Amino acid sequence: MTAETVWETVIGLEVHCELATVTKLFCGCRNMFGDEPNTNVCPVCLGLPGSLPVLNAHAVELAMRIGAALHCDIRPSTFSRKNYFYPDQAKDYQISQYDLPINADGWLELPDGFRVGVTRAHMEEDTGKLTHVGEGGRITSAHHALVDYNRSGVPLVEIVSEPDMRSAVQARAYASELRGILVATGASDGRMEEGSMRVDANVSVRPLGSDAFGTRCEIKNLNSLRSLGRAIDYEAARQVVLLEEGGRVAQETRHWDESAGRTDAMRSKEEANDYRYFPEPDLVPLVPDEAWRERVRDALGPMPADRRAGLVAVLGGTATDAESDQIRAVVDLGLDALVSAAVGAGAPAPLALARAANEVAATGEAALALTTESFSALLAMEAGGTLSATQSKAVLGELLAAGGGDPAALAASMGFEALGADTLGAAVGDAIAAHPDEWARYVDGDDKLTGFFTGAVMKATAGKANGKEVAAELRKRRG
Amino acid sequence: MSAAGEIAAAVRSGERSARQVTEEALAEVAGRDGEIHAFLLVLADDALARADAIDQAVAAGHNPGPLAGVPVALKDNLCTRGIPTTCGSKILEGWRPPYDATVVELLRRAGAIVIGKTNLDEFAMGSSTENSAFGPTRNPHCTSRVPGGSSGGSAAAVAAGFTSLGLGSDTGGSIRQPAALCGVVGMKPTYGRVSRYGLVAFASSLDQIGPFANTVADAALLFDVLAQNDPLDSTSLAMPSPATVSSVDEGVEGVRVGVCPDLIEGCAPDVAARVYEAAEALAAHGAKVEEVKVPEFAYGLSAYYIIAPAEASSNLARYDGVRYGLRVDAEDVATMNTATRTAGFGAEVKRRIMLGTYALSAGYYDAYYAQAQRVRTMVMQAFDRAYMSVDVLLGATAPTTAFALGDKVDDPMAMYMNDVCTIPSNLAGHPAISVPFGTGDDGLPVGVQVLAPALQEALLFRVARAVEAAAPPGVSR
Repeated sequence: MTAETVWETVIGLEVHCELATVTKLFCGCRNMFGDEPNTNVCPVCLGLPGSLPVLNAHAVELAMRIGAALHCDIRPSTFSRKNYFYPDQAKDYQISQYDLPINADGWLELPDGFRVGVTRAHMEEDTGKLTHVGEGGRITSAHHALVDYNRSGVPLVEIVSEPDMRSAVQARAYASELRGILVATGASDGRMEEGSMRVDANVSVRPLGSDAFGTRCEIKNLNSLRSLGRAIDYEAARQVVLLEEGGRVAQETRHWDESAGRTDAMRSKEEANDYRYFPEPDLVPLVPDEAWRERVRDALGPMPADRRAGLVAVLGGTATDAESDQIRAVVDLGLDALVSAAVGAGAPAPLALARAANEVAATGEAALALTTESFSALLAMEAGGTLSATQSKAVLGELLAAGGGDPAALAASMGFEALGADTLGAAVGDAIAAHPDEWARYVDGDDKLTGFFTGAVMKATAGKANGKEVAAELRKRRG
Repeated sequence: MSAAGEIAAAVRSGERSARQVTEEALAEVAGRDGEIHAFLLVLADDALARADAIDQAVAAGHNPGPLAGVPVALKDNLCTRGIPTTCGSKILEGWRPPYDATVVELLRRAGAIVIGKTNLDEFAMGSSTENSAFGPTRNPHCTSRVPGGSSGGSAAAVAAGFTSLGLGSDTGGSIRQPAALCGVVGMKPTYGRVSRYGLVAFASSLDQIGPFANTVADAALLFDVLAQNDPLDSTSLAMPSPATVSSVDEGVEGVRVGVCPDLIEGCAPDVAARVYEAAEALAAHGAKVEEVKVPEFAYGLSAYYIIAPAEASSNLARYDGVRYGLRVDAEDVATMNTATRTAGFGAEVKRRIMLGTYALSAGYYDAYYAQAQRVRTMVMQAFDRAYMSVDVLLGATAPTTAFALGDKVDDPMAMYMNDVCTIPSNLAGHPAISVPFGTGDDGLPVGVQVLAPALQEALLFRVARAVEAAAPPGVSR
């Protein structure tokens, strides 16, 4: 390679998604995160001798929803056994779909219109959870390990993308969009921090223009979108340096160390398990009939892309770049219905969108408790000039903290009643008197000083003045 | 011991008490099982308590079921709640299942009384019951001979008169072959007829639970109790099993019987002679007997010894010392796994785990496992062709009468050959039955095997009953 080689990063993602079923994939135990260890277990998910799996129909339904939302071919499928010894795995094999997955050959469209191929989205069971105890909890130095089988047998869908992505930004966009789709289908809550959505990245590099793929590494332990982006950038750079120094990339699994900001080798291909897949004899082939598949497709609600388009329509058919970002944020958090309702009740669309994307979104979970009535009423007060932007944001903060309420009453209790014209006029007069030089420049036509005087009036009135009314008063006095 | 049907009728009518029947069974076991070693565990207290409950139900005017008060021997790879279930292995040391196998529940509902858990080749792998970690079982007709296997304990318990009925599991012949060697009736149902829930798996696509009895009618009676759909087993058949016990005596007039040389010619001459005599007897009773060659059966054994170990290598992975049973402590988990499995499994189980692991390994899968599945399909198609011209097939069950203890323990291939006539039915998932038919030159029992297409248990029992009715005297006890 010459020093001038331009490198291209090639990324494919494998996303494991825990399905939001009431019970586990092959038994009647509760599928519940965070319960006391080993309380949601039975002979089946503990893999006791003589127990047998029975497939959960609701899990199949959710898997098909994911397939439908990802434009996959939903087809007859089978289960296989993936054999390997590990103490968190009750049977020392995992029941997983292998050569015949339920969903195959789909695609996912990113907000910018780029399509990422989806190779397959298959069903499998989750393992239990190991906790290493002693010496800081590291695997290598732990004194012993505790196993919690509550997660054993929880239904998963693994969504495997084609190696179609070319940057960390694109990979993040894919993971983010996929999360939105999983939530929209009701298949999963998509929480990366709780492990209900887990992302592994296959990363390789090649000279730009090359048709052949480079040797890939699989990156694990990516617990947030931020980690995903950082890990891909680090790994691509590592591989480029290696290649430019004349080295070779070894095909291996690498562990992302978030605090150190680097990937470390876990195991190489040579050390990798031979999983000895073979058809699971305890289960029969899964053949959903056309009527079932049709019902699943028909019942699918709007996907994030549809909902973003809906908000663009609410804005009047076009959106600025800033508004597009706001729309994405609003849809990701499921606040689009709130915005549409507020606009329907008369609020200006850009204002409703901005408040939802910024102030409401910032509160996270609490945002979902905000009623459209409160939100609409508040926006009406701000749009009508009863509240300044600053005041409106403050009232909104209180509404969110309190989980709802009457914005007018809250504004009054916060002393945010609008200033009378006399008080406002007096405050403006005081500001002019205190700053004669600035006033002279403003009169000469320096409009930038509007902000200066507005700030002074705001300070004097403790934020109660309406910025627009201050500007109008200044213009009036300039004549 | 009396026939199961007679005991149940007597107990239901109050003519005999279940306690009396149970005490007699326990006395028989106490008297002779030290010599036979059919049982790994005798459940005397449980059985008597259960018998008293049955007697109270009868006194109160209730019907305790078709097997009221009938003593049953349970193979020790069937899970019993709170009661040790060993599979004849040290690796399950101390394990008590927290649940009952579906068949155990069905037996209870039918009023049967489980007398104890019977010996078997470790994890049902073997044909002589010599692979048990707890010592061999001996053939009640000649204690220097094996009872066959792997369900040798249940076969011996019925043959010795300890119980009227027994339950075994049949993966490659593990009910029929010991039935033949012990001179009792042993039957493997259609795959999926009887729930496998609670049967500790050996080879899941082949395993099937079935009855042992002294008579064909008793075997049918027990089969009817066991053949129920079970939502806990995904491979359990949804369609109801028609009653078979009511039609066992309907005869074989017009039934087309295919005598299959491929299930006879490899056997000892005295065994082969009995099969041809059985065929003549059926013809004398109105069956249309003809010869049907199925040369594909010759490949069954090879396919079986790939598929069964492959599934076993996966099914037995869970015995790793982490959750239950034996644990041999070590520095780290992987070493503990290895130490536990090294100490806990016997030689035959280790051999099959290694065979199966090899057959499924990357680079060998197509040549072994996939090829064996193709052979399995070929055997199924061969059956289909045969059943276009006949209704049932007739052959030997085992190539010889009971052999001497120790005779084949050092020669696995010789041991495997015992299953050559029984394996095809497992590969196809078809029902088959072994019926005692006279004796060999050594005076020990010979079994004749009747094979039927899937779901044809009623026909199978009818033909078996006709064979039984025509049988020369067996071994007197």
